Amino acid sequence: MRYIEPHAHMVSRTTDDYTALAVAGCKAVCEPAFWAGFDRSSAAGFRDYFCQLTEHEPNRAAKFGLRHFCWLCINPKEAEDLMLADDVLALIPEFLERDNVLGIGEIGLNKNSRNELTVLEKHIDLAARTNQLILVHTPHLEDKYKGTRLIIDLIAGDSRIDPGRVLIDHVEEHTAKMVLDAGFWGGITLYPESKCTAPRAIDILENFGLDRLWMNSACDWGVSVPLAVPYAALEMRRRGYGEKTIDTVFYENPVRFLSQCPNFSL
Amino acid sequence: MNNTTSKTIDLYFMDARSKLIDIAAFMDRVDRGDETDDFRYRAFMDALTCLNERNRAESVLLAFSDPTDEPINRAGTISACGAWPDKASR
Ligand SMILES: [Zn+2]
Repeated sequence: MRYIEPHAHMVSRTTDDYTALAVAGCKAVCEPAFWAGFDRSSAAGFRDYFCQLTEHEPNRAAKFGLRHFCWLCINPKEAEDLMLADDVLALIPEFLERDNVLGIGEIGLNKNSRNELTVLEKHIDLAARTNQLILVHTPHLEDKYKGTRLIIDLIAGDSRIDPGRVLIDHVEEHTAKMVLDAGFWGGITLYPESKCTAPRAIDILENFGLDRLWMNSACDWGVSVPLAVPYAALEMRRRGYGEKTIDTVFYENPVRFLSQCPNFSL
Repeated sequence: MNNTTSKTIDLYFMDARSKLIDIAAFMDRVDRGDETDDFRYRAFMDALTCLNERNRAESVLLAFSDPTDEPINRAGTISACGAWPDKASR
């Protein structure tokens, strides 16, 4: 099979993981900017991270025959500090020129706080002014339902943003419908314990259609499975789906969304 | 999109059976530890009643969710724990 990994934090992964992705048929890996597992002490830490995402990591991926793309932002978990957020937002435009950048992400909410919403709004404005695609993280666990509603209200309220150019990630059974009904794309994250299993992800496709959904592993520095995407494809085969449908879900769909960015090519 | 060739029960019964026994054993363990008052466990017991509804997965997720609309004042340092703490006090 061929597939795209649309959400993976490869700076936290090993070369063995790159080998496994390449052997499994991965053609490109897309890396949103996110929380490092600890709070960075200054905007300079983000500058270094953005250099890592746009210079170093694409070279590392290329050694395994993989294209590497990235998304840039200050993540919602570090967005509580408004001064830091403004400093990081000011850094982003110069990096948007770089040729592996797909857009602004993964922005969104973590605890659904007022400051997080303020910083989300600033990112949306930056994306609108610079015509960037948007990738949105939704909160975990008990905060997801409320956070997804707040995010949809905010983005849908900005008439400059075409919802077909926004992907709202980590949808589950209680949030998929509202995301799709509002015209956005949805991402299903295959993650042990806190997000979605492969059988549930396929249920979501069956219930809501596969037009504007993709699946990702969101593998990072925590307990996560870099091969979760091809494992979900295997689960679809067990359920009797043919290779054409599998190719649509795991390759054609992400290519269709990401190709809205001129930097995306395979 | 339709699942045409494989039977759901054939594929998933043993897995679901095993998870159900795990849930039963977890509840026994909480009883033995005398932790049934924990708000997360009360949310869990409440979510179990969703199994009698139609869209069970969605209902269970909603049972654990914060249903309010207003953003909170500060993010703070407490991370999500899987159940909405304020539910117990409503
Ligand atoms: Zn992520």
